[in-house]
Amino acid sequence: MLSRSLFNAAKTAAPRNVVRQTRSMATVESDIFKPTKFGGKYTVTLIPGDGIGAEVSESVKTIFKQDNVPVQWEQIDVTGLQSGTVDPEVLFRESVNSLKRNKVGLKGILYTPVERSGHQSFNVALRQELDIYASVVMIKNMPGYTTRHSNVDMCIIRENTEGEYSGLEHQSVPGVVESLKIVTKMKSERISKFAFSFATANNRKKVTCIHKANIMKLADGLFRRTFHEVAAQYPQLEVNDMIVDNASMQAVSRPQQFDVLVMPNLYGSILSNIGAALVGGPGIIPGANMGREHAVFEPGCRHVGLDIQGRDQANPTAMILSATMMLRHLGLDDHATRISKAVYGVIEDGVRTKDMGGNTTTHEFTNAVLHKMEKL
Amino acid sequence: MSFVRSLTIASRSVSSAPFIRARAIGLRTYATSKNDQPVAKFLGTKNSNGNYTVTFIEGDGIGPEISRSVKEIFSAAKVPIEWETVDVTPILKDGKTAIPDAAIQSVKKNYVALKGPLATPIGKGHVSLNLTLRRTFNLFANVRPCRSVPGYKTPYDNVDTVLIRENTEGEYSGIEHEVVDGVVQSIKLITRKASERVLRFGFQYAESIGKQHVRVVHKATIMKMSDGLFVSTARDVAKDFPQIEFDTELLDNTCLKMVTDPKVYQPMVLVMPNLYGDIVSDMCAGLIGGLGLTPSANIGDECSIFEAVHGSAPDIAGKDLANPTALLLSSMMMLQHMGLGAHADKITKAIMDTLAEGKSITGDLGGNATNSQYAQAIIAKL
Repeated sequence: MLSRSLFNAAKTAAPRNVVRQTRSMATVESDIFKPTKFGGKYTVTLIPGDGIGAEVSESVKTIFKQDNVPVQWEQIDVTGLQSGTVDPEVLFRESVNSLKRNKVGLKGILYTPVERSGHQSFNVALRQELDIYASVVMIKNMPGYTTRHSNVDMCIIRENTEGEYSGLEHQSVPGVVESLKIVTKMKSERISKFAFSFATANNRKKVTCIHKANIMKLADGLFRRTFHEVAAQYPQLEVNDMIVDNASMQAVSRPQQFDVLVMPNLYGSILSNIGAALVGGPGIIPGANMGREHAVFEPGCRHVGLDIQGRDQANPTAMILSATMMLRHLGLDDHATRISKAVYGVIEDGVRTKDMGGNTTTHEFTNAVLHKMEKL
Repeated sequence: MSFVRSLTIASRSVSSAPFIRARAIGLRTYATSKNDQPVAKFLGTKNSNGNYTVTFIEGDGIGPEISRSVKEIFSAAKVPIEWETVDVTPILKDGKTAIPDAAIQSVKKNYVALKGPLATPIGKGHVSLNLTLRRTFNLFANVRPCRSVPGYKTPYDNVDTVLIRENTEGEYSGIEHEVVDGVVQSIKLITRKASERVLRFGFQYAESIGKQHVRVVHKATIMKMSDGLFVSTARDVAKDFPQIEFDTELLDNTCLKMVTDPKVYQPMVLVMPNLYGDIVSDMCAGLIGGLGLTPSANIGDECSIFEAVHGSAPDIAGKDLANPTALLLSSMMMLQHMGLGAHADKITKAIMDTLAEGKSITGDLGGNATNSQYAQAIIAKL
């Protein structure tokens, strides 16, 4: 349910964007999202990604197979690493085309090299190209896994296509660089609407806007002002705003006060990582990127995990839970429920990969999930 | 003829002036500066009584009360310091917020100041006083150590982090404009000059407090040129400090690891651009229990200002309920900066012992002592 309401949120948030979408408002209502289904199966683009991507994607594929999920993968092994023979750009184009065709994708994280200049992050490029503007990251304590903080249940909604990630930079003279942060009324309004629709659809009570409008008076000021304008249409929800440094401080001392949070791009990156650390790390945080037409599901914290690549140590939970969000999005709720219940059950039973303090391998974890599913 | 000569003189004075200035403030390129004076070295001298004079900006709200505690404790510990209290209530000079000249002269003369919380007057045209101070004295680095306070339980134990934040440019450059209706550009400015200065200070500071590791936090995967410049400058500066370990880390990872297990950051000093420093330093404060317990130093080319970063709490002002710990710990950093480390160690121990004992702690830490009782307890420990 969550994910379907996510998508509805993405759609209701978007109708005003006639400029960008070049659609008139009249067609929006009838524009019902229908992923392609051939022979009773949905085709879904799978981008395993770099680092631990291949291993955790394998885990998802195994689990889907066992549960006879009607999903046909269209796998594209894009990589951000400099590989020998194939031009990474070609595969990247292919993955974008595949996602445009299938409208739904599951994705690991692509590595972004710092050294190579002129190469934009594929992760960012993909989001901009498909205009999957809303990143949703769910941060919630796992039953049976105790961390420093309990009763954390927040949802970070992050603008995904502009802000600090505009990619516009230049060197005015040697040693002086300007980087542009772009904030627009249109995208601020769109993400605010998404957040409020999401909060309403998921019975959330409070929406908090995170900003730095005391310093960036125009840019974040516009974001904050737009947020409050949109908020006026949702009198049933509690609304407040908070400066990002204070929010970070509050997040590590009293995270229970947060419900739905909406923010520009960079702050989302910071807070989703703080949030992940509160409940047990990036290995268990699922996420989604929603646009009006496309939805790409990926682990919420966006860590590549190059350091543990190929060691069978990765925690596939984030990827599996992202995949179940995808199943709900496709309307395959039964499968989604069975798989997510099995994952939660396995963790409650004390099965722990290395990041959670255990020594279960990725394969063993996957097998534990498979066994659990048989009993459900 | 005379025209040409005056040109030559002009060109000579132009070319030599920046050179002298660059020398004074340590802005030379990394190639030559190895044996140079350290960045932001304390320049003050003792007066005829054998004491240093320090400018004291007591601040608003609870400021005067917590300042009194600091003064009492300093005199009990016989610290060779004389205070020169100044008022920084802003005045409008040519339509701009400015600090009274007397205050500026005092800080310039003494090279060092201690500052309580200031309330920023609300209303148009007022720039925050903190920003005004920062600009007036060119305070380029903000040093924010966070150490767990014994006896005050938070979900995190043994936090001991030091963070240095570039304080003059970056996202806080203040350069913004609305391109067309509804489209705003905000410019993040990174210069090699400012980056090098704060990084060099970072390495020197790490050495001075006995940490052998400097880590630069960045987001150069996304902001390749701006954060890239910061990182590449760091690599260059690091070459001058071969004895100190240097590495870089992505902001995402820092946030994640800091909140997962802050102990990882114990042996190192973190240096980062403005916005990241602002966010991460407050986050670290959250780990140990908030801004009421965290000291801060603003380091400038010549003058440095040590301050409590918390608010002026007008609601409890004058009730003797405030917690002076942040200002006290800031004054300890000031003593270290002035080369009075022995006094700092002695007083710090008394503060920490009093907190650990938990008998005379203030209300915000769950005790019921007043501000003055707490100060007396520290004095008794001395």
